[in-house]
Parts: sequence; C-alpha cells; structure tokens
Amino acid sequence: MLEILSYSFMQRAFLAGILVAIICPAIGVFLVLRRMSMIGDTLSHVALAGVAGGMLGGIYPIYSALGFSILAAVVIEKLRKQYEQYAELSIAIMLSAGIGLATIFISLGNSSSAIFSYLFGSIGLVSNHDIFIIFILSLLIIISIIFLYRSLFYMAFDEEAARLAGVKVKWINLYFIILVAMTIAVSMRIVGVLLVSSLMVIPVATSLQICKSFKQTFIYSIIFGVLSVLIGLIASFYGDLAPGGTIVVSSVVILFFVLILKGIKRKIKS
Amino acid sequence: MEKVLEAKNIYFGYDKNYILEDANLDIYKGDFLGIVGPNGSAKSTLIKIMLGILKPQKGSIKMLDSPIEKFNNWGKLGYISQKVRDFNSSFPATVEEVVGANLYNNMGFFKFLKKEHKSRIKEVLDIVNMSQYQNHLVGNLSGGQQQRVFIARTLISNPEVIFMDEPLVGVDVNSQEQFYGLMEKLNKELGITLVMVSHDIGVITNRANRVACVGNKKIFVHSSKDFNEQEYIKEVYGENSSLLHHRH
Ligand SMILES: Nc1ncnc2c1ncn2[C@@H]1O[C@H](COP(=O)(O)OP(=O)(O)OP(=O)(O)O)[C@@H](O)[C@H]1O
Ligand SMILES: [Mg+2]
Repeated sequence: MLEILSYSFMQRAFLAGILVAIICPAIGVFLVLRRMSMIGDTLSHVALAGVAGGMLGGIYPIYSALGFSILAAVVIEKLRKQYEQYAELSIAIMLSAGIGLATIFISLGNSSSAIFSYLFGSIGLVSNHDIFIIFILSLLIIISIIFLYRSLFYMAFDEEAARLAGVKVKWINLYFIILVAMTIAVSMRIVGVLLVSSLMVIPVATSLQICKSFKQTFIYSIIFGVLSVLIGLIASFYGDLAPGGTIVVSSVVILFFVLILKGIKRKIKS
Repeated sequence: MEKVLEAKNIYFGYDKNYILEDANLDIYKGDFLGIVGPNGSAKSTLIKIMLGILKPQKGSIKMLDSPIEKFNNWGKLGYISQKVRDFNSSFPATVEEVVGANLYNNMGFFKFLKKEHKSRIKEVLDIVNMSQYQNHLVGNLSGGQQQRVFIARTLISNPEVIFMDEPLVGVDVNSQEQFYGLMEKLNKELGITLVMVSHDIGVITNRANRVACVGNKKIFVHSSKDFNEQEYIKEVYGENSSLLHHRH
C-alpha cells in the first residue's frame, strides 16, 4: 500500500489532491446554500478557454486559466447585480461564451493530449511548479474562508439581514466569486475542469444528508471531499485512469453509501 | 419627547411614479407604533426607506440623531422583514448559529463564537422562551417558533428600535397572544421602541400606542386611543371608498 507513496509524482499528486479536497467543498458549501452552484460550472468552462488560450499564446495554462476565470467572475458579479431577475441568464451566457472560446482555441492549437489532462485531471503531470502555485493559492483560499466564514454563513442565510448587521455584503460577494475562480484554477490540474464543480457540490450534498448544524455541514463536506480524493487518487494510480473521473465517482459512491446508511437507520428507528 | 426617527417630506417611487409623496413620520422613544394600510400602499417600502435600505428621491431621514446616510450604529436597530421566514427551510443552521450571526460586529477578527457570546445567546433565547431549542435546526421549527428566533436574533445586539414587517402572518391566535405579551415585555421592561406593520387593525390599535396609516401616498398618524376605522378608510382609500370597505 505504501509503495504508492514512494513515487515522487504520487507524493505531489497527494499533496495537491488533499489541498484541492479541502478548498473545493469549503467553497462549495456556500455556493450550494446560496443556490449558485451553476457559477462553479460556468467558471470552470471559462477556465478551460483560459487553458487552451494559454497553450496557444505560450502562457503557463494555470496562469491564463486564473486570469480568464477571475475576469469572468468579476463580469458575472456585475451582471448579477444589474439584472437581478435574470442572474441565471447572465451565467448561462458566460458558460456558452466559455465553451465557445475554448472550442475555438483548442481547434486552433495542436496539443489535444495536453488539453485532455486539463479536462479530466492528471496525476503524472503535476509538476513542482504546479505544486508551488497550488500550495500558495490554496493557503490564501483557506485563510480567506476562515476569515469570511461567519459573513458568508450569514449572507447565505439572509443577505439583507447580514447587510444590516454590518457585513460588507457587496465586497464579500465580489471577493467570494474571485475565490471560486481561484479554486477552479487551482483544482483543475488534479480533478480537471469538467469535474471541478462536482467536487464542489457532491461532498456538500452528502454532508447535507446527515448534518445537524452549519458547522457540521462545513466540516463533513471537507471530510467527504478528502475521502473522495484519496480513494480517487489510489484508484487512478492502480487503474491507470484519469483522476477526475475516479475522484468524482468515489464522491458519488460515498453519497449513495450515506443515503443507504441513513435509510437503514430510519428503518431501525421506526 | 425624544425622537428616535424623523422622516421629512419623503418622495419615493421604484420608477418615475411616486408611491410616497411628501410623507412625514416621527417616531418617539418608547413608542409602540403600528403601521397599517392596504396591500401595496408602501408599508414595507416605508420601513426600508427608514432603515436606509432604499433611498428616497427627495426628503430626509434622521435616525437616532444622525442622517440615515451617515448612520452606522446598526446594532441599535433590529429589522424583521416580511420575507424573513422565506429562507430555504432545509438550510442547515441551528437556532444558536442563526441568533449568533447577529453578534457579527462583537466578534473578534476571525468571528468565532466565544463563551461570552454563547451565554448572551442563551439570554436572548430565554427572553423569547426558546432556550430549549438552541441546538435545533431552524428549518424544523414551527412558524411561530421561527418568528421568536428572529426576534431573539435582533435582540442580541441590544437594539433601541425594532422594525417588524407583518411578523404575525401565519401565526395562530394563541401564539399571537404570546407574541404581544413578548412585545409588551420588550416595550415596557426593556424600553425598546417598536415599529410594526400589521393588517389586523383591530388588534394593533389595541396594543400599539400610536398608529400610522399609509395610503394615498401619504402617512397619517393617530394616537391609538382616537383611531377611527371609518376615518381610516377615508384616508387610505380616498373619499368615495364605501365600496371597498366591507365588514366581516
Ligand atoms: N422591488 C420593487 N420594485 C418595483 N416595485 C416594487 C418593489 N417592491 C414593491 N414595489 C411596488 O411598490 C408598491 C408598494 O409595495 P410595498 O411592498 O411597500 O407594499 P406594502 O404596503 O408593504 O404591501 P403588503 O401589505 O402587500 O405587504 C407596490 O405597488 C409594489 O408593487
Ligand atoms: Mg409589505
């Protein structure tokens, strides 16, 4: 079992994987509870356009993805405020624009195998450079969430009351969506752009099945996230499968497992 | 008497049509002010204007001696909006977490709940008789219980004025009685000024000391002793309103 850790690429994959497993659900809790999970999906497609664009322009893909998705995040936040009733529409437009651009950039370039690794994640290709970026950004994201935990909770529950209680709702909304963009750029190396948003949502959905408070929801989401990533990475290593797939499938299996356990428990009670 | 709020010559409209025109209202310390008026007469809008959530096109609001634009002592104000109970009922938050959220400004840099915060939460839950529900999920409580949780949430920052927008919708008669008992305690014992929108004119004129009628884009204030329902109908619906008025 431990031989898996003797490969330095696996050590890197585990380190990056665990960081990603913490930040994705931690951000995801607030996305789900604010019914904004579509934003994760949208920004990840924009990030894909960033990756493909970066490869074309000779920019390191994580940086270009970061740039693209942060820009898109800011635009979405602006549109969301201006067309409050049509918030979903502005997100859908951004999603289409992201996919469209990505498609054009990919067909312009000739590196479809490299793109593949960003689409579905990879364990063998995580470089020291990647680890460095992932580590710094994850740290920033984790500290930000600890700092904003209370405000984000209040805003998710009741944004108007939060504003009256002195929470700087406008700025935190903007900063939060930038955090979402950063989380996606950080996570895509391991999970892949197509599956990042699943890792943001599924552990949270699992946690919501059993939690008895917000704090528990938050903590269990992260535990389920880490569990999915660990199982997924091991399966990816032994089965020579893209880690994005194995991680997300593990998280779904965990969800079903929890649902079944919950059903059994209810039966026993009644 | 000391004024807690002074609204002067307020003009407001969501578009170019004003729904409040040259409206005036004073609220005094210790008041229990009822706000009544037909649906769509701008009662909720008026409350939001008083709280600075909406900005009037013309006119001025003075809240606790400072213009509302400059006001920043939000802990002194409580607000229970008409939509407060519209939250997603599967939201995983306990009573303690929801009530504690309003301690936001008293928490340190990292905003964690400390021991003293927890005992304060217990205190306000005691006031509203909900302390045994501290660790229950808010979504699982009954409407009336949720209402009390939200009152506790506003009480936690020691407010001087509490604004409530139709807090009694969907609350049964028994709980209404308890609610008014609680209001009396807040008003008389804790000296909190209360402002409350209600459609139950009969009850609110009994409980409040003053009543503000919103209608015809204006506000008319009466002492609740000489509130006259006939006159009220005339004020808020206009002179030829006999058709609109029906007794049950
Ligand atoms: N956000 C908004 N944008 C545009 N118009 C609005 C908005 N909110 C309210 N209105 C309109 O302003 C008018 C006053 O609404 P308001 O909610 O203040 O009435 P109200 O007196 O509280 O009514 P109710 O008794 O039904 O609660 C209504 O005609 C309403 O349609
Ligand atoms: Mg209203």
